[in-house]
Amino acid sequence: MKTLRWGLIDLLVVVYALVPVLWIVSLSLKTPATLTDGKFIPQEWTLEHYRAIFSTDMFLRALVNSIGIALIATAIAVVLGMLAAYAIARLSFPGKRVLVGLSLLIAMFPQISLISPLFDIERQLGLFDTWAGLIIPYVTFALPLAIYTLSAFFRQIPWELEKAAQMDGATQAQAFRRVIVPLAAPGVFTTAILVFIFAWNDFLFAISLTSTERSRTVPATLSFFTGASQFEDPTGAISAAAVVITIPVVLFVLFFQRRIVAGLTSGAVKG
Amino acid sequence: MAEIVLDKVTKSFPDGTVAVREFDLTIADGEFLILVGPSGCGKSTTLNMIAGLEEITTGELRIDGRRVNEKAPKDRDMAMVFQSYALYPNMSVRENIAFPLRLRKVAPDVVSSKVDEMARLLELSQVLDRKPANLSGGQRQRVAMGRAIVRDPKAFLMDEPLSNLDAKLRVQMRTLVSRLQRRLGTTTVYVTHDQTEAMTLGDRLVVMRGGVVQQIGPPQELYDSPANLFVAGFIGSPPMNFLYATPGADGLESPLGTLPLRFSQPVILGARPEHFADAAMIDEETRRRGIEFDATPDVVESMGSDKYAYFVVQGPRATSAELEELAADSGAADLPTDGTQLVARLPAASDARENQPIRLWFDVARAHAFDPQTGQVATADGR
Repeated sequence: MKTLRWGLIDLLVVVYALVPVLWIVSLSLKTPATLTDGKFIPQEWTLEHYRAIFSTDMFLRALVNSIGIALIATAIAVVLGMLAAYAIARLSFPGKRVLVGLSLLIAMFPQISLISPLFDIERQLGLFDTWAGLIIPYVTFALPLAIYTLSAFFRQIPWELEKAAQMDGATQAQAFRRVIVPLAAPGVFTTAILVFIFAWNDFLFAISLTSTERSRTVPATLSFFTGASQFEDPTGAISAAAVVITIPVVLFVLFFQRRIVAGLTSGAVKG
Repeated sequence: MAEIVLDKVTKSFPDGTVAVREFDLTIADGEFLILVGPSGCGKSTTLNMIAGLEEITTGELRIDGRRVNEKAPKDRDMAMVFQSYALYPNMSVRENIAFPLRLRKVAPDVVSSKVDEMARLLELSQVLDRKPANLSGGQRQRVAMGRAIVRDPKAFLMDEPLSNLDAKLRVQMRTLVSRLQRRLGTTTVYVTHDQTEAMTLGDRLVVMRGGVVQQIGPPQELYDSPANLFVAGFIGSPPMNFLYATPGADGLESPLGTLPLRFSQPVILGARPEHFADAAMIDEETRRRGIEFDATPDVVESMGSDKYAYFVVQGPRATSAELEELAADSGAADLPTDGTQLVARLPAASDARENQPIRLWFDVARAHAFDPQTGQVATADGR
C-alpha cells in the first residue's frame, strides 16, 4: 500500500516534469503540415527538421560555441571557486564576511540591469562578440554559486585529515591537492554540473553580447531560426534544435553523477 | 631519535586567553613522556605546538639543539597519531601507510617492502587493500600507528590515540603501544586524560592544569608524593580521599579521629583508599602505627581481588578550587552529599558488608597534608 502510494506520487512528479520535454520531442518529429494539429503523438513522423538544422553551418557553429564557452567557463569558475571556498571554510582572514556578503550580492543582482553597461564595456575593450566576452560574465555570475556549494562541501571534510597530511610530510599545497580535493570531488562535480547548466542555458548574455556566428551560442541562435521564408513555420526546426541541445546537458549530468558517491568521506575518522 | 626541549613555551590567543603558560621541559632521547590532565588543560595544545600545527607565541622549541619554532610540520620529521585516526578515506590501507613515504619520494620497491613489514608487525596483512571505511576500530587505530611508524620519524606524537576504542581493546592496544615504543626506542610524547594510561605507559608524567604544569616526574613518584591537591586528586583510581582537619591539643583532629600529626593551621588531609585496612585483619604492631575508627559502608563494591567500601563521615567538607575542578571534570560536581564520602580499598577476604558497622584502620604514616588555601603540600609544624 505504502509502495503504491509512493509509486503514484513519483509517477506524478515524473510526468509533470517530462510532459514539456516530450512535447518538444513530439513537435520536432511532426511534419510541417501536422505541426498545429494539437495531437500529442505525431500522426506523421519525420526527421526532416533534424536534417534541416544540421544542413546549415549556423547551428553547428553555435553548438561548437556553446560547448566551448560553457566548458571553459565551468573550468575557470570551479577552480577559482575551489580556492575561494577552501579559504572561506578553513581560514580566518580579515574581510572574510565582507567577501562572502559581496559574492552573495552578485548572485542576487538582477542581470538584466547589467546588460547595457556590459555591452558598452565589452565594445570598448574589444571583447564584444568573442568567446571571452561571454566567458567572463558567466564566470562572474557562476562564482557565488560555486563558492557557496563548494564551501559547504569543504566544511564537511574533517580538518584533522589535513593536519595528518602535514604531519606525514605534505606541504599545504600537497595536502590540498592529494587529500582535500579528492575528498571534495563529489562537491566539485556537483558544482561543475550546476555551473555548466547555468552557462549552457543562458540566453540573456548570449543574445546581448554577441552579434555574429563567431560567438553566438545555441540559445541565442534558436531565436534566429525564422524559416526559409516568412511563410514557413520554424517551430519544427526550433523544437529539433531544442532537443539536440538538451542532450549534452543530460550526458554531462549522467557522466558526473557516477562520481558523486555519497559517503565518500566515511571511515576517515571514528564512526 | 631526538631530544626535545621546551623552553618557556607559551601559547596565548589574541583575546588574551593563555592556553599554555611557560612550559619548561627536556624530553630525553628515547623517552616515553605522558602529558595528562583534564580536558582544556592545554595538553593537546602543547602537543600541537611540538608538532608545528600550532604556532608558539613565546618561548623556544628545540629539537636536538636546533630551534624549530618557525619550521613547518613536515620539516620537523615527527609523526602523529590522532584521536580520530585521521585516515585518508579515499586511499586503501596500503596507500595510507605508504603516503608519508611517497611524499618523501622513496623508491617504489622500498615503499612496498616497508608497507609489508608494517602490515606484518601490526597484523594488517589481510586488510591492506581495504578502505578505512571497511575496517574495525582497532584496525583503523593500527593503520594510524603504521602510518606514523613507517617512515622512522624522530619522534612520535600521540593525541589520545586509544580513547575511541572500547575498554578491552584499549588495554590490548596499550600494551602494544608500550611494546612498540620500547622496541623502536623512539622519543614519544603521548597525550591522554586517562590516568590509568598515564600511569602504565610513561617513563615520566607531566600533569597539567589550566595551561600550567603542576608536576613532572615518574608515575610512582607522582603517586607517592604529589606536589599539590590537584595532582593528588588526579592520579590514582579510585581517587585519593580528602578530609578537612584542624589542629587540636593532641594532634590533628579529623573526622576519622585524632591523628598524631602536628600542624599549626587547618589542612586538607589526603588518604589513598589502599592505606585503609580492615582492623580485624592486621596484627597488633601494625595497628599501633595508625588510627582505628568505626564506619558503616553504605556501598561495598566487590572487584574480585579487592573490595571497595564507600562510607560517609561527618564533619566539614574539604573544599578548594583544585578539588572542585577535579569534581567538575569527572562530572561529580553536582552530586549531593552530606558530610564527606570516603572509599577504602580492603582485601577481598574482609567482612565489610553494606550497612554493617566495621572497624577500619588508617595508616597515618601514609597520610598527605595540603594547605587548603594554596593547594600545595603542607609541612608538619606549620610552614
